[in-house]
Amino acid sequence: MLGEGIVKGLAETARNFFGSYVEKDRLTTVQFPEERLPQAEAARVFPFLVYDTDDMEAGLRCVACKICEVECPPQCISIEKSTGKKPDFVGKPQFYPAKFEIDVSVCMSCQICVEVCPFEAIKMDTAFELSTDDRFGGLHWAKEQLSKPNEHYQKIHPTEAAEVDAERAEKKAKTAAAEAAKAAAEAAKAAAAKTETTETEGSAKQ
Amino acid sequence: MSAGSVAERIVELTGDADSGQVLEISMGPHHPSTHGVFRMNVELEGEQVVKLKPVFGYLHRNHEKIAENASYLAAIPYTDRLDYMCSMTNNWAYALSVEKLAGIAVPERAEYVRVIVAELTRLQNHASLIGFLMQDMGASGTPLMYAFREREKILDLFESLSGARMMCNYMRFGGVRVDPSAAWLAEVKALVGRFPRFLGEFEALLAENEILMSRTQGVGILSRELAVNAGITGPMLRASGVNYDIRKVDGYGVYERFQFRVPLGEHGDVYDRYMMRVLEMRESVKILEQALKGIPEGPVMDPKARLRGLRPKAGEAYGRIESPKGELGFFLISNGTTEPYRYRVRPPSMINLTVLEDMCLGRSVADIVVTLGSVDIVLGEVDR
Repeated sequence: MLGEGIVKGLAETARNFFGSYVEKDRLTTVQFPEERLPQAEAARVFPFLVYDTDDMEAGLRCVACKICEVECPPQCISIEKSTGKKPDFVGKPQFYPAKFEIDVSVCMSCQICVEVCPFEAIKMDTAFELSTDDRFGGLHWAKEQLSKPNEHYQKIHPTEAAEVDAERAEKKAKTAAAEAAKAAAEAAKAAAAKTETTETEGSAKQ
Repeated sequence: MSAGSVAERIVELTGDADSGQVLEISMGPHHPSTHGVFRMNVELEGEQVVKLKPVFGYLHRNHEKIAENASYLAAIPYTDRLDYMCSMTNNWAYALSVEKLAGIAVPERAEYVRVIVAELTRLQNHASLIGFLMQDMGASGTPLMYAFREREKILDLFESLSGARMMCNYMRFGGVRVDPSAAWLAEVKALVGRFPRFLGEFEALLAENEILMSRTQGVGILSRELAVNAGITGPMLRASGVNYDIRKVDGYGVYERFQFRVPLGEHGDVYDRYMMRVLEMRESVKILEQALKGIPEGPVMDPKARLRGLRPKAGEAYGRIESPKGELGFFLISNGTTEPYRYRVRPPSMINLTVLEDMCLGRSVADIVVTLGSVDIVLGEVDR
């Protein structure tokens, strides 16, 4: 019969319409600005720089190695290396970025900078409501705008941050242990040298 | 535009003083039915199409040249933006060709994960393509919204896995970037379990609809011979009755381990192409069920694979997969440096588009829209 298919189709429409009142599966939309769905933990928007402690300048993890600048597919990162050095989290003197800029209007949120960074210094932020009426300055973020504390990272990507923190703590402990061992060895050496000298002195006296 | 009668203006437009019958119109680039920025120069005699010339390139972004001046790793996020509906399969095709070029092995778990995400991509691509096709026919809203509702559930899974809904940037040569958690796999399992119900409803909604049948049956017929000669691939080729599916032919990845059938059409018209997508989704669900059951534990990245500063030996490789739209291939030539010497994409939607004129000749303007909709093009891939 002509029209049977259309009636069948309309039955499906009715099923979906009435079903949307009782089944969550059939009505998945939310009224966005008022209602918000939680973001996925892996969500990524634009990169940010992580710093430890409360001092942004001193705690910045970035050592200006420029790997991300080279690997960035759309070339949106520009870094200027510092002339002096500052101690990093294990106390080793490292360079730091005198200038670190990301042009977020060029950035394509691909996360490759995060993947290639050997220092866990650059991570992806999840803030997405970033529209601005300033085309140039507003979308060209400097180091001050990019830097966020580690607590922020722990908040937005808890699982990932916990892994990174554990790894860094281990590294720090290792370095500290190595340094302690070194210091102990040096002390032992010095002590041994001292005993030796005393011994020689003693033998000379005899 | 000069004043004067319509007949004079037609002569002016076509330059054909003899007939005065042919009207040349330009459909697109900003036309709601062209799925993006695509233009067709159509010559009409009355309502009949006598000539159709596709014009593309409005979305050209220099993809191949950019990739030739970037490292092998840096090209992956650009491949997401080829066919922006199916970034996962684009990633896979590129990763496959680099793996061939550099001789990188892929762990078994990564192969399974790739199959899972690729089949999910196929589900969402085919569902939304059917929605778009119906939209082109005037079913404004309902089928497209139902399709997008399901698509969004799949994209949510992609986001929780890779961090982005559409620009996933998920696969790497040598595996995949993130190991999916057990919770994620359970979510996929739940979604795959619910999907056949949607497919049944979607089919009941559309398949027997008289308007759909009269608009699509016998429209845009592509003969078997022409389909083969023009290099058409994917659901469009199979709708013309040619049994050719790269998942079966090449058996790339771990596709050889799965039981699934390749649906074939008979008439090669728009209705067959529509039906092909519905049936392929059912087969994809079968593959997903098997892949989710068989996924082994283990690493997802080859520990020897080098992402940064990869320098494959001089040589060439062509990796191809069955993307939702057809054969997607990447041809790479390496000269031993960190950048490919030549990088070439074989885009299925562009090659499938080449027979548009043959399918539309003698039909009306309204049929062009339907025929184009059934080709399944994404202009990001056509123009690159």
